[in-house]
Amino acid sequence: MRTVTAPEGGGRVLPGWRAVLVVMEHFWIWYRRGWRATVVSSVVQPLLFLLAFGVGFGSLVDAGGGASQVTGGVSYLVYLAPGLLAMSAVQTAAFESTYPVMSGFKWQQIYWGMAASPLTPGQIAVGHLCWISARMLSAGAVYVLIIGLLGGVVGFGIVLSLLCATLCGTAFAALVMAFASVVRNEGAAFSAFFRFVLIPMTLFAGTFFPVERLPEWVRPIAWATPLWHGTELSRGAALGTLGWWPALGHLVYLVALLALGVGLVRRLFRRRLAI
Amino acid sequence: MTGAAMVRATGLTKRFGGLEAVRGIELDVAPGEVFGFLGPNGAGKSSAMRMIACVSPRSSGSLRVLGLDPDVDGPAIRARIGVVPQQDNLDAELSVRQNLEVYGRYFGLSRARVRRRAAELLEFAQLTDRAESPVEQLSGGMKRRLTIARSLVNDPELLLLDEPTTGLDPQARHLLWDRLYRLKQRGVTQLITTHYMDEAEQLCDRLVVMDGGVISAEGSPGELIARYCTREVVELRFAPDASRPGAEAFAGVAERVEELPDRWLLYAADGEAVLGAVHRSGVRPRASLVRRATLEDVFLRLTGRSLAD
Ligand SMILES: Nc1ncnc2c1ncn2[C@@H]1O[C@H](COP(=O)(O)OP(=O)(O)OP(=O)(O)O)[C@@H](O)[C@H]1O
Ligand SMILES: [Mg+2]
Repeated sequence: MRTVTAPEGGGRVLPGWRAVLVVMEHFWIWYRRGWRATVVSSVVQPLLFLLAFGVGFGSLVDAGGGASQVTGGVSYLVYLAPGLLAMSAVQTAAFESTYPVMSGFKWQQIYWGMAASPLTPGQIAVGHLCWISARMLSAGAVYVLIIGLLGGVVGFGIVLSLLCATLCGTAFAALVMAFASVVRNEGAAFSAFFRFVLIPMTLFAGTFFPVERLPEWVRPIAWATPLWHGTELSRGAALGTLGWWPALGHLVYLVALLALGVGLVRRLFRRRLAI
Repeated sequence: MTGAAMVRATGLTKRFGGLEAVRGIELDVAPGEVFGFLGPNGAGKSSAMRMIACVSPRSSGSLRVLGLDPDVDGPAIRARIGVVPQQDNLDAELSVRQNLEVYGRYFGLSRARVRRRAAELLEFAQLTDRAESPVEQLSGGMKRRLTIARSLVNDPELLLLDEPTTGLDPQARHLLWDRLYRLKQRGVTQLITTHYMDEAEQLCDRLVVMDGGVISAEGSPGELIARYCTREVVELRFAPDASRPGAEAFAGVAERVEELPDRWLLYAADGEAVLGAVHRSGVRPRASLVRRATLEDVFLRLTGRSLAD
């Protein structure tokens, strides 16, 4: 990227990473206005999930005896918590990458204003993605605190879980953003996505029970989802149960998905904005 | 880079699928010049402006903005120009001040610099007392003023204004004209599209009339009037339902005539003489007046169904 010196006070082309930061700055300023509402939801939602499934449903599971074979001897809450961390990252990704992206093109049209500045469509796409990623990381940190308060943390591995969950959510967000940038009219597309992609994935990709408990023919579908890989990594990091080779495999899969998503979303943003 | 053109286009073309919105136009805009685009709806003005703003890639032809090729140096060009799009794309949920500050950051300006610049621009747009309001609460004209202020955040060398004064009240329009004039005196080159002929006449050193994607005339406002119009125009107004004379009634009286929904325009060097002749021939308009020809007459001639006698 060439840097052009301009007269005092004039504009210049920012290097790529700075361009991404100023796009994030935009979302930060926008977010600051209404942060209280999201703080409440980012505390209440994990609390509800952890209480309902980890503590409530978990007591049933733990009492059942057989469950400890699957959880590797730890309580269901400890087993579930890192999985919920990955699941919540994927949910944040889904919500933040659908309507807000469509709005950037269509309703609020903020992308168009940015595209008239030295920022490129690719930088706008990556900046928005990084913002979503930062939101996942901060919401995930709150999640970790609450898990800790409920007694679901067994070691520092949970910090690694948080990073894995964020990687998983970011890879998914890039793909969803790419999808959202070709949707011209709201309505069917997003609700179909939530119903037929997001909800089945959060239920069957290994968050609540191992994928091996699914009928044989469904397993390959679960294995293809980013959430399964994110969950395996996240849980493995928290419980120390994952071997190096499987861990590497999951990481490579998620990084490959991320690379694919970033490539796609940059290209599609360019196609939509440079017309 | 004195002497070099700020914008130079040859054979500049924009296609949207099968539709050719801009069909091979030539442009040469000198530094410091205020250059206008006139033309009816759909003429291709905005499409041309968007290519020059480096947000819309050209389909064919050559284009240089500030001496650079938009296909290669789009970001570097955009860093040095200001753009007022036809449709506002402000951040509705941010405050007026935040809109200016955030936008300045995209141009690599420091936080301190954007703060100072935002304060200046708020004064410029007379929005200082609304600085902390969310943009969605502003009136249409205030939003327009903010969009114009925002385009100046990077002290642009070239300013592209697509219908800047649409929706502004007369005071705001005059204020903007004054501000644009000052920018011109500081050497800022400007490209303006407008549907207001008085505005074009006031502001533009030189302008082109576009129609159907091509340039049909080019020159200074005075030159265009001299070339395409007579010195004076007679307007004859008729009641909507009254029977109106046909073009043949004015044959031989005026050099050229033009029919509008509610009136006839008769072009001649001596308007009073024509009006006298019309009255003698027994035509009785509801009202009549003689005035000097304006750019509007040129526009009607070049883009309307002009009836030469
Ligand atoms: N994104 C687009 N996709 C398809 N067609 C387009 C697009 N933008 C413009 N056009 C078409 O290109 C032609 C020229 O449009 P343009 O907006 O350049 O006209 P204009 O001279 O600015 O008109 P107006 O005075 O109404 O603003 C029109 O026929 C329009 O429908
Ligand atoms: Mg237009």
